[in-house]
Amino acid sequence: MIIYETVIGLEVHAELKTQSKIFCSCSTAFGAEPNTQTCPVCAGFPGTLPLLNEKVVELAIKTGLALHCEIPPISKFDRKNYFYPDSPKAYQISQFDMPVCKKGYLDIDVNGSKQRIGITRAHIEEDAGKLVHQGDITTTPFSLVDLNRCGIPLLEIVSEPDMRSSAEARAYMEKLRSVLLFAGVSDCKMEEGSLRCDANISVRPAGQKEFGTRIEIKNLNSFRALERAVEYEVKRQIEALEDGEELVQETRTWDEDKQITRSMRSKEEAHDYRYFPEPDLPPISISRERIEEIKARMPEMPEQAQMRLVRDYGLPEYDAAILTLSPETLVFFDDCLSRYPDAKVISNWMMGELSRLLNQSNQDISNCKIKPDDLVQMLRLIEDGTISGKMGKAVFEEMFADGKSPAIIIKEKGLVQISDEGSLLPVIEGIIQANPKVVEDYKNGKDKAVGFFVGQIMKSTRGQANPAMVNKLLKEKLDSL
Amino acid sequence: MALTIKEVEHVAMLARMNLSEDEKQRFTEQLSSILNYAGVLNTLDTDGVEPLTHILPAFNVFRTDTARNSMPREEILKNAPLAEEGQYKVPKIM
Repeated sequence: MIIYETVIGLEVHAELKTQSKIFCSCSTAFGAEPNTQTCPVCAGFPGTLPLLNEKVVELAIKTGLALHCEIPPISKFDRKNYFYPDSPKAYQISQFDMPVCKKGYLDIDVNGSKQRIGITRAHIEEDAGKLVHQGDITTTPFSLVDLNRCGIPLLEIVSEPDMRSSAEARAYMEKLRSVLLFAGVSDCKMEEGSLRCDANISVRPAGQKEFGTRIEIKNLNSFRALERAVEYEVKRQIEALEDGEELVQETRTWDEDKQITRSMRSKEEAHDYRYFPEPDLPPISISRERIEEIKARMPEMPEQAQMRLVRDYGLPEYDAAILTLSPETLVFFDDCLSRYPDAKVISNWMMGELSRLLNQSNQDISNCKIKPDDLVQMLRLIEDGTISGKMGKAVFEEMFADGKSPAIIIKEKGLVQISDEGSLLPVIEGIIQANPKVVEDYKNGKDKAVGFFVGQIMKSTRGQANPAMVNKLLKEKLDSL
Repeated sequence: MALTIKEVEHVAMLARMNLSEDEKQRFTEQLSSILNYAGVLNTLDTDGVEPLTHILPAFNVFRTDTARNSMPREEILKNAPLAEEGQYKVPKIM
């Protein structure tokens, strides 16, 4: 049996965070009515001229620095020619042979093993418009075109074919997203299309030097889609090779509904873009001083933040990696930590309950109702024994649902922990008396018996009994029988 | 420098042009003669000459990142042969 190796390279398009488009002053705001954010420049009227948005260059350099890229002193624009109704000029202004960033890398962590993924290049280009098929796609003879997105600035970040599994591809994509977020260059909202990903995938017998036939997969709009598409495609390619088929280089699209990849077009008709230098835009010159100036203003990157969390607060690397996936998460953590000294306790609650509730409700930490101060208040109530950790979870859910402070929830629900012997002893004694058989089991050395008693005691106190106290008193009582 | 008919067919395909046999022949000759004319440049000694990135000695022509009002939609769509629901209406591709 032949063992196959998977080879993956990713092309990621990140929408750069600007107010206006790349070559004109139309707004980049998402969600406007169709064609209300267009002008003769972005709609491709003859005789108009592009004028480059300075912010686009700055954000591209920032990204390059965050990805450890070289920033060449001169960079220029080229025309990429193709006919499609989403591109009114019949060419896209892009960068071909002199991109703004090249030769960088991104370090990823997959199940505890660190890997360095090369970045071939990152270049600036303009986005295309959006095609909407009218009515039933199979029968309608027309499409509708919205050019609002036309001319939104993009940075295309091209990786080396350095990834070997769907998990690595996902880890790369997640890490890249967090770097872009920390650098403040893109909103990275995959659901709004401001971060998109195409994957180049091939397989080859393990040990073979040459790459197999490369298939490009488009339309990967979530981390899950990327992971699933890679898995599906690898399986498809290996099966084809095993059946003695020859793979053709082609572009395929990920069909989210059917969870399969489908052929879009073969190589013969694609990839002949006849690039030539864009005569309407002078080149960009980037001085050393300019780069240093931008470097000096770079915010903390996820890796630096991770190191800080491990070194200064003694957090495990795993925690540090999760807490630095987005700047909002890190800000939340840092904010808690400025009010409460135990980093690991904060981290446990953020990675456990908070993350679970956020996922469940499909929310983001930035618009969640629990604020750092609320979490800290709750941690103090657990610390001083007012509530137990278990009650804390119930309180936390309430806080998450309606944003009330923990003190108010505890008061409303009468959720105060019972920690005095006087109240607990009668309950414990009652339960012991009612279950002589279990007492017998306990005497015969069955550990389960203790669990049973604790469960019953918690039940009859509606979870309010102090667990440590219950354990202590129960043990004393049972041993004295 | 002589182009082949095949190359002309390829370029015509990329440009979405349907050429007759007669046109293919004629354009092959014409395009070859244009290339030959420009081919004179190949005889120049360019050793030690920096590649030109742009014909003007200009760099960094920028505008600041400020959003302004776009063109009213009914104005911009006036140029569309067909429009519907505030959008350009085009023949379906694929």
